[in-house]
Amino acid sequence: MTTVVPEGAVAAAPVTSTPKAAKQALTSPWASLASILIAILWTVPTAGLLISSFRPETDVKTTGWWHIFTSPRFTLDNYRAVLSTGSQNNLTDNLVNTIVITLPAVVIPIFLATMAAYAFAWMRFPGKNMLFVLVFALQIVPIQVCLIPLLKLYNKPPFNLMPIHGGENPPAGGLYSVWLSHTIFALPLAIFLLHNFMREIPGELIESARVDGAGHVQIFARIMLPLMTPAIAAFAVLQFLWVWNDLLVAMIFSQSTPPLTKALTDLTGTRGQDWPLLTAGAFVSMVIPMIVFLALQRYFVRGLLAGSVKG
Amino acid sequence: MSTGEKFLQMVIAIVLFFVVVSAILLLTQRLRSRRGELVQSAAFLLPATFLIVVGLLYPAINTIIWSFRDNLGRKWVGLDNYHAIFGSNAEIKVLVTTALWVVVTPLASTGIGLAYAVLIDRAAFEKVAKALVFMPLAISLVGASIIWKFVYAPNVGLLNAVSGSVGLGDNHSWYQDLNSSPWNSLYLIVIMVWVQTGFAMTVLSASIKAIPTDIVEAARLDGVGGLKMFRYITVPSIRPTIIVVLTAITIATLKAFDIVQSIGAGGAWHTNVLALDFYIRQSQGQNGTAAVVAVLIFVLVSPVVVYNIRQMRKAEAR
Repeated sequence: MTTVVPEGAVAAAPVTSTPKAAKQALTSPWASLASILIAILWTVPTAGLLISSFRPETDVKTTGWWHIFTSPRFTLDNYRAVLSTGSQNNLTDNLVNTIVITLPAVVIPIFLATMAAYAFAWMRFPGKNMLFVLVFALQIVPIQVCLIPLLKLYNKPPFNLMPIHGGENPPAGGLYSVWLSHTIFALPLAIFLLHNFMREIPGELIESARVDGAGHVQIFARIMLPLMTPAIAAFAVLQFLWVWNDLLVAMIFSQSTPPLTKALTDLTGTRGQDWPLLTAGAFVSMVIPMIVFLALQRYFVRGLLAGSVKG
Repeated sequence: MSTGEKFLQMVIAIVLFFVVVSAILLLTQRLRSRRGELVQSAAFLLPATFLIVVGLLYPAINTIIWSFRDNLGRKWVGLDNYHAIFGSNAEIKVLVTTALWVVVTPLASTGIGLAYAVLIDRAAFEKVAKALVFMPLAISLVGASIIWKFVYAPNVGLLNAVSGSVGLGDNHSWYQDLNSSPWNSLYLIVIMVWVQTGFAMTVLSASIKAIPTDIVEAARLDGVGGLKMFRYITVPSIRPTIIVVLTAITIATLKAFDIVQSIGAGGAWHTNVLALDFYIRQSQGQNGTAAVVAVLIFVLVSPVVVYNIRQMRKAEAR
């Protein structure tokens, strides 16, 4: 039974359950001050950007956002400028590109990886261990190492196959090369993570299903996929954030369909002081990952550490 | 392409993928013999394996070979590309800047993250306090760069107002006016630290909560408290996790180029780092030296990743 000490501000009030009473020396006023200071430093920059994105253009350009407290004036003009199709710097097209790039780049690698993880975990075939070690080892390859040869493969595939990037008329305007790249870069880690989760499922479950006459495909679809949902969700959130926030793959492979990150980088370069545009644009790019993040936080945290070494 | 066409292409891609994959699975599922099992394994495994071999293994080997060839890949040039990289002062400067990033970012984010995790541990508002610091992790590095560019901005920036009010001058564009390295790079590093601290804090906080209460209790009965508790109980108990966090952030830092690209004006004023240098060279068609830079990143990253994975196993085994 814990008792919460209500005094003291935000992050400082200690819970005086027995083993933690020792912490009290640490939660001195200085410690509280330090934690509040960190919390402020980590929130205020984003808050400033958000507030500014709702201020009239002249205000944003001439006074700091904290003047909102003395002369509050709000407008949606900045968002109109970046979201209405007629305007010069509208980002709707880039928002569409980001969405169109992200969805397949999340769904496809996860499904492929779940299949491969199932094979590694529950099927018998020669060379299994060697192949698994190879997949595991390829986690360490930074994506920079793969980009140039991959671009060449997309442009001039062997056997005169249709180029999926560049060339006269690539299918889906070159989108396939972006989807494929994100899929490739996600696979080693996804297979490894999902395999670890899959090994934890008791073998008797699979055995009894086999005895009942279920084939691998049925076991995979009826038993594995439902049981794996939390693990799949964990990886899905990570992969979503990677792809949505990616800049490098986008700059190399999706020049004809630039996503928000690319468009914002260009805007920062060419119109670096155009704060009304930049603040609203940045927020348009941030709002969806933030919602996903808040809604699925518990899954996200789960895959966080394991995902930290990705490409 | 119009918006409608793009969404149509997206739906086609996803549907096509699932149709092909289910067709393969359904066709092979009837096979029950020993050879059937082999065919089924192939159906489950080959799509992913094929992509990994063609998209990762082959390109990685190819890049290593490219680093010994000229920019068009037509002839061998021996170590010329390597000489070009290691012999140029500009490139040594890039390496030094990268080293600064790699030293400061992991230490600062892990330090702040650990301190914060300890300070808010079991506090009343712990969940909210964590979410506040964790949030930047959901934001792209490009978004984070814009947020901080706005903090550093002349006239309307927050840093400007703060420095003005304490009499340090009040019309700087901070990271640009301080256009002498390494100070400008430090202004960019702040952004990476701001993003990575949430990661460190979350992972370390979970680890702190896993410290057995009897250890803490025993130490407390011996009169250990406050900073001593932190130093002699908390830190030793979570040491493997601290190392995992440090190495994980090192890896992320070595590979991140987004910040320098978007607000460091593409590496001007000596802010260039290795990961960005790769992109610059690649986009200029200098494939030979770009390959060298990629190999260099590979050589620097891989031992850290191996070490990280081994420590992660240790941390999980506890």
